[in-house]
Amino acid sequence: MDIREDLFYTESHEWVKFEDDTTALVGLSDFAQSELGDLVFVNLPEEGDEVAIGDTIADVESVKAVSDVFAPVGGTVAAVNEELLDAPEKINEAPYEAWLCKIEGISDKTGLMNADEYEALIAK
Amino acid sequence: MEEKVLKTPLYQKHVDNHGKIVPFAGYALPVQFSGVIAEHMAVRTALGLFDVSHMGEVSFKGPDALANIENLLCNQYATLAIGRVRYSPMLNKQGGVMDDVLVYRMGDEEYLMVVNASNRHKDVKHILKYQFGDVQIEDISDGICQIAYQGPNAEAALKTILSDDVIPQKYYSFVNDVNVGGVNCLVSRTGYTGEDGFELYSKAEDAEKLFDILVGAGADFGLALCGLGCRDTLRLEAGMPLYGHEMDDTINPFEVGLGMFVKLEKPSFIGRQALVAAGEPRRARIGLRMIGRGIAREQFPVYHRDKPVGATTSGTHCPYIGAPIAMAIVEAPYKIEGKILKVEIRGKLVDAEVVPLPFYRRQK
Repeated sequence: MDIREDLFYTESHEWVKFEDDTTALVGLSDFAQSELGDLVFVNLPEEGDEVAIGDTIADVESVKAVSDVFAPVGGTVAAVNEELLDAPEKINEAPYEAWLCKIEGISDKTGLMNADEYEALIAK
Repeated sequence: MEEKVLKTPLYQKHVDNHGKIVPFAGYALPVQFSGVIAEHMAVRTALGLFDVSHMGEVSFKGPDALANIENLLCNQYATLAIGRVRYSPMLNKQGGVMDDVLVYRMGDEEYLMVVNASNRHKDVKHILKYQFGDVQIEDISDGICQIAYQGPNAEAALKTILSDDVIPQKYYSFVNDVNVGGVNCLVSRTGYTGEDGFELYSKAEDAEKLFDILVGAGADFGLALCGLGCRDTLRLEAGMPLYGHEMDDTINPFEVGLGMFVKLEKPSFIGRQALVAAGEPRRARIGLRMIGRGIAREQFPVYHRDKPVGATTSGTHCPYIGAPIAMAIVEAPYKIEGKILKVEIRGKLVDAEVVPLPFYRRQK
């Protein structure tokens, strides 16, 4: 299982990559994509959406099921990765390249885990 | 109450091959190995192997075997020759589809009925309740391994281990007592994928040996180990109904598009009176192809404009077609090809077009 040292994670298996203190990219961890299986559909948030930690910001569907993606931090959606709309399989192929959205003006980042903590979580 | 999860005779093979194991119909079975899409495509373009040992088998032997089958099932069996297989819905007294089954004619007075795993105990109880005359009926499911070998390369792969005369040539025919690398098998040209292929039955104790032989024979033919995930996407793409989804004990066979398997000209069978009394079907099974963005899953409401007209029964993104599709049961007047209906996908109404079934038909 690929866990990147430079990222932060949530209990619901999103990853967060900070570009600076208040701006970050958000995606799904390798563990998440592996559990979900082949992804075939993605719904993304809209630029300008205000999100709080735990809000549903996107959903991803595999052949088998649908799964919600939750905001790992609070802030404003600054950009979405529209490339994924036509190619959701990129999340399976390269989960840490396939960011879903960029959140800026981050005001709340409580509860994030570092790589070691996340590794311990998925080892359970 | 704790439910005991049963294992098929191939359970250890699934674990050894890193299958992702899930509970299904009381059995621990693999939902996938390499991935649903890859396995699905392997069956459409090459060859896939499925463990379907969870299916139930009931044997009928004796002078009244045929009479019992004819009473239990709405299709015609008097005309079924030895070595042939025939599909039928099995109806309850109310005319509802309590299961759908395959019947093999094994001999003059001997038949084998293959039933869905999830319905096995209900079916056996029903069959024994209506048993009459001189017939021995036995549930032999636990002693049997069943492997499905499906895909355009299935026949070529079998030819590397079997002579031509023991490979059934016609669809829905079979050859019994075939020696497959030392394992005695019934080789049947049937399947649940919409693709050419075979189902092989052996004794449970020979299961692992048969598995190894078939995996070996398929190695040069693009064989993939397949799980329940692609079994479902394949049958859905092929427009095949599944008990518990398209049909259940309250839906009659005409409503689910299985009228061609109901022989009302037979003087009697269980459910016949109720079907005759019910008259024209009020509901119909349709195929839907999503136009808007979204994947319809089972039991999503279907609307015509603002009016609820039914619900989806199965739905997914179909790998070979490359688009989201669904089957639905709707009020009969809405079964019009090209009609635009709406499916409610988590609060949003998404357009879908009524399209003919099956979604996929193999080139012959």
